[in-house]
Amino acid sequence: MNESVSRRHFLSRGITGVSAVWASAHWPALLAAAAHAHQAAKSAIPQKFEFFSAEEAKEIDAITSRIIPTDDSPGAHEAGVVYFIDRGLSTFSSEDQRTYREGLPELQARVSEMFPGSAKFSALTPEQQDEVLHSFDEPAGPGKAAKPAQRNLRRRPGAQSFFETLRQHTIVGFLIDPDFGGNRDGAGWKVIGREREHMFQPPFGYYDKGYPGWESAAKEAEKK
Amino acid sequence: MPEQPRYKTTDEVDFVVIGSGAAGGILAKELSTNGFRVVVLEQGPYLAEADFTHNELEVLKRNQLTNHPELQPTTFRKTPQEKAKRHRALVYGRMVGGSSVHFTANYWRFHEIDFIERSTVGPIPGTGFSDWPITYAELEPYYTKVEWEIGVSGLAGSSPFDPPRSKPYPMPPLPVKSGGVIFERAARKLGWHPFPAPMAILSQPRPGRSVCVQCGFCESFGCEVGAKSSTLATVIRMAEKTGRCEIRPNCYVHGIETSANGRVIGAAYFDKKRVTHLQRAKAVVVCANGAETPRLLLLSASKQFPDGLANSSGLVGKYLMLNSGPSAMAVFEHPLNDYKGVAVSRILHDFYELDPQKVGFFGGGGLDARFDLTPINFAFNGYDMGGLPPETPRWGKEFKATLAHNYTRTLEIVGHGTSLPVESNSFSLDPNLKDAWGLPALRMTYKDHPDDLKLGAFLRDRIMELLDAADAVQKWASPVEEQDFAYHLLGTCRLGNDPKSSVINADHRTHDVKNLFLCDGSSLVTSGRGQPTLTISALAYRAADRITALARQGEI
Repeated sequence: MNESVSRRHFLSRGITGVSAVWASAHWPALLAAAAHAHQAAKSAIPQKFEFFSAEEAKEIDAITSRIIPTDDSPGAHEAGVVYFIDRGLSTFSSEDQRTYREGLPELQARVSEMFPGSAKFSALTPEQQDEVLHSFDEPAGPGKAAKPAQRNLRRRPGAQSFFETLRQHTIVGFLIDPDFGGNRDGAGWKVIGREREHMFQPPFGYYDKGYPGWESAAKEAEKK
Repeated sequence: MPEQPRYKTTDEVDFVVIGSGAAGGILAKELSTNGFRVVVLEQGPYLAEADFTHNELEVLKRNQLTNHPELQPTTFRKTPQEKAKRHRALVYGRMVGGSSVHFTANYWRFHEIDFIERSTVGPIPGTGFSDWPITYAELEPYYTKVEWEIGVSGLAGSSPFDPPRSKPYPMPPLPVKSGGVIFERAARKLGWHPFPAPMAILSQPRPGRSVCVQCGFCESFGCEVGAKSSTLATVIRMAEKTGRCEIRPNCYVHGIETSANGRVIGAAYFDKKRVTHLQRAKAVVVCANGAETPRLLLLSASKQFPDGLANSSGLVGKYLMLNSGPSAMAVFEHPLNDYKGVAVSRILHDFYELDPQKVGFFGGGGLDARFDLTPINFAFNGYDMGGLPPETPRWGKEFKATLAHNYTRTLEIVGHGTSLPVESNSFSLDPNLKDAWGLPALRMTYKDHPDDLKLGAFLRDRIMELLDAADAVQKWASPVEEQDFAYHLLGTCRLGNDPKSSVINADHRTHDVKNLFLCDGSSLVTSGRGQPTLTISALAYRAADRITALARQGEI
């Protein structure tokens, strides 16, 4: 459908057109709201690491890159998730510092245990990296049994909780509103197909395009 | 903030209103408009539109707008025989405007049957199922008043099951979403009657308030443009304009004080620095919600009221109802982009009133088509509630691919149904756990009545039927199980004519204390079908009329 025709169509329906008409009339107020949101973003992604050493950051980046890998679309690496986590651990998520401090060395110990001769997660191949992370897999959901350990690995509860925390932090850093210090360039939202704006107008998706309005739809249904 | 009076705590104001949510905000506005001097004590902060964001971490993970599980811990058990364990049992809005600020804004009226169901279907063993002391007809003018005064979008006459109304909605429904269209078409195929969801969100601008900009962050978030018709965006501003109402935020009330003659003299509260004060008042109206209102009465026990204030019935905190809520999710072929727009655009009420003789249980409910998961919540599958199919890996290539494909293509259908009032389901004071102020924590006891679970399964089956008719590519239902978490806090200080089986009378006056009134979710006698806020607000307008009349007659 031609863009301008569809827009006129929706304006002529009155109800749904209100957004567009109103938005243009009240633009200054909305800009003020947006400015407010962006103020929070000023202190966004720092260039230097505050919590991690450069070496630790490399490992964290490698792990997050397996949690949300880069393929034909951006992954955790492109979204700068490691920067988001670093900032989080020195600000709003400082209670997790210990989990990282204790868990990362334990995870590296598991690396050596599974792949003798390798000391670092980042030095493994992607397949080997996945194997290490799978060894920490929790049951996939309620009612599902935990995977039996494939080898006789030492229990490493610190690394276990570190992996789970890092998994959650990676998802947050990938998908949070870019105005709040993660999801660099909106990479995560591009992947999931979420538009960056915070104001939208119908039609929103495939199924409400060309919707005739409730009254007409009801009449059509009656005819059938 | 407009100019407000600043009353001294030693000033005996006409009313102290405790809580500023869906009921408290309205009582503050009505009583101050009627000429009374009012102090509103709100435990949370006074936030404005500029303070609201789409920051999922602050709002969802760090409880910016809600009760805090560390500062205000709660415990849970299924039956009174068990020892309650620490467990996050409930969430409510903790700010000026209360839960009306962060709620989804579904705004259904109760139907006539909700008020007279006990006498219609007969008694149900093991419950305190009762009729209300008021009817739908008595409440109808107040429903209309709420809809017009705060601004509700909807289409009158679009549901054949709707109760009678004296006026249409003040503004048309919000735009339909793809999920709404899918829901509407599938429901019609099945011969059901879908209709535009009534929402307390503006589809037309009002002075100082924007029309909805379809940002999609309604549930759990505050509206940045004032389109959500919270009491904060509406009646609280009107209350302030009277020049007689002081909104006092960050005041955590811990006791209602009484005099030797059994009258209330004021409310004792901690200020932000945890210094305690006593605000004196001629009468107190508690609107602290269905959990905190009974807790406050129990905390206010004294020699004269050893079982808690206004608790001669022993029913303060009891008959808690949460509403049953089965749901299923589905993925469709093309993008819906239902993250845009208000959560719900279409609902249906075909199963509102089920015949117990036919279905074999008591209950009824409605269905809605919604998408209210923020991006982060959507991606948390597995242990957390999320929007991905249950078998999706929790990380890695396939996790990412599923997330990328499903986010724009997912729809949720949610059922909203009755809960029966069971006496042992309750809020009470935990004997062991204390909150950060040293007060006994809330203890929730709850086990769904068997009929509530049967209703949940029935509604889940209808949801799956609808998703079949909608040609969903993939669908999965959440298990129907006993609840241990509360959003709707209903029935815990209920209305009634008999002081033995209720806590407040039809004027919302406690049976035991002449100058103490209660109005919020705790007042409800039955649970309705899942969307209680409009009824709570309508009760507040009605209560304000009754209280005003009593005050003017010198009967308080």
